[in-house]
Amino acid sequence: MSLTNEHIKNRLVEKFGEALTNFEESHGMLSFHAPKELNLKVMQFLYDEEDLQFRFLSDLTAVHYPDQKGAELAVVYHLHAFVPNVRLRFKVFTDIQAPQVFTASQLFSTANWMERETYDFFGVDFVGHPNLIRILNVDEMDYFPMRKEFPLEDQSRVDKDDEMFGRGGSVGI
Amino acid sequence: MSEQQHIKLPEGSIEKQTSTLNLGPTHPATHGVFQNILEMDGERIVSATPTVGYIHRAFEKIAERRPYYQITPLTDRLNYCSAPINNIGWHLTVEKLLGIQTPKRVDYLRVIIMELARITDHLICNSVIGVDSGAFTGFLYVMQYRELVYEIYEEICGSRLTTNIGRVGGFERNFTPVAFQKIEKFLAEYPAVLKEFENLFTRNRIFMERTQGVGGISAERAMNYGFTGPNLRATGVDYDVRVANPYSSYQDFEFSIPVGSTGDTYDRFLVRNAEMWQSLGIIRQAMDKIKQLPEHEYHADVPAYYLPDKDDVYTKMEALIYHFKIVMGETDILPGELYNPVEGANGELGFYLISDGGRSPYRLHFRRPCFIYYQAYPEMVKGAMLSDAIICMSSLNLIAGELDA
Repeated sequence: MSLTNEHIKNRLVEKFGEALTNFEESHGMLSFHAPKELNLKVMQFLYDEEDLQFRFLSDLTAVHYPDQKGAELAVVYHLHAFVPNVRLRFKVFTDIQAPQVFTASQLFSTANWMERETYDFFGVDFVGHPNLIRILNVDEMDYFPMRKEFPLEDQSRVDKDDEMFGRGGSVGI
Repeated sequence: MSEQQHIKLPEGSIEKQTSTLNLGPTHPATHGVFQNILEMDGERIVSATPTVGYIHRAFEKIAERRPYYQITPLTDRLNYCSAPINNIGWHLTVEKLLGIQTPKRVDYLRVIIMELARITDHLICNSVIGVDSGAFTGFLYVMQYRELVYEIYEEICGSRLTTNIGRVGGFERNFTPVAFQKIEKFLAEYPAVLKEFENLFTRNRIFMERTQGVGGISAERAMNYGFTGPNLRATGVDYDVRVANPYSSYQDFEFSIPVGSTGDTYDRFLVRNAEMWQSLGIIRQAMDKIKQLPEHEYHADVPAYYLPDKDDVYTKMEALIYHFKIVMGETDILPGELYNPVEGANGELGFYLISDGGRSPYRLHFRRPCFIYYQAYPEMVKGAMLSDAIICMSSLNLIAGELDA
């Protein structure tokens, strides 16, 4: 029996009810949003259930949405079930002022460095992480460079007028 | 016998101490810029603390400001031992987002290039295991055949190491007859070389004793640590993205996935060698398949994303408009979100792309396989000798560029 996205969705709704939202399927992959308090419960459920077996964490990263007040940071998990060969993605959103999310490093050893990287670039504070320090940037850095408030080029500079070429002015961030 | 036979060492004296050894950041045996702080008890490793990030270049941030076609050169500099796989992986990601169907011939040409890249990557990794265990000959011997592959790249795209090969939709130009001749030459000469390389190492008593049982990891731990590629397959898990989620028409080819059993350095070596044979078989099949397809097809018909011919730009209005829009990065990409994995030479290379419909990605994250599995290194070398730690590191196929992005 092959595992369908429909079945995964039904099992999740059965277990967590209304807590999980925004179910969608894009490019063949099921994705949904979960409350940040439930991230470990959702992962553990997907890991343990005999018919699901999502036991491989492919990727963990974050995205910054500065316009969503109170839910600026999204932590994105990509899970993979090897035997039925199905992937899924889920996101948890957190306030940028209180970016506390439970760590997945107890369940997946691989989450250790992925979470350190996410902390390094977005400042997500993974609660319970054994060694949450910067990994790629220098230790002295006091900001989180992948957040959208750090543009690569100063948009306010006036000595360079290239609005004709799609840069500067009102275009772009 | 008196009671004063043994000198009693006080607490904290030399007998109880361990010494700290810095392996890296510029140690020749690390083959890249990363540091390992080893806590040594004599020759044995008590604990290892890897430090990475010495050549971090903020690719994910830079990508948020670049039009899609300008991100390809960034991917070159991830795993620079097999840059074409990264390039084509990125093109496939954008094509998947846009829903572009490439002709079969483009898929097969891409397969040829990706498998050549896989061979060169495995070649370097395996011969470097030899170098680190004291056998330099194999490395020098196979290096001249990597040169043949680099000449093929040069013939196709003009560059050798950081290739920037292909475009969204296909290749920038058709393969020349010379390119096919060079591929044929490589296919004719390489099997004998690989055979000889295997004769040098596979049943070599010294090599076997240096590598067997060194740096082993169980399949369960490897999966928990997010291992992919040859390192995972050496533990006995037959996971390969080319089979699990076929891309670029890999489903049309006959090949097998070699697996090991113990996950040690020797198994990783054997798996890579066996994969090179499989890759040769795939290239041979692709060359045969291409002969039955129309010769002039080397890109998909997507004028809004694929640069038109220079002749057309000078003579045709539409071509000029498209050329201008593409070069200026004014072609908007559809909004969407996807995760697209390809089988890189050292594991699952994933592109997590979020597009908000603008000229550049809203967010692009590279799942870099060696960044993810390098964290298992302290566990793998705990209790091992220093010299074992070094060949364990080279057998993991760590590429500093990919580690640090």
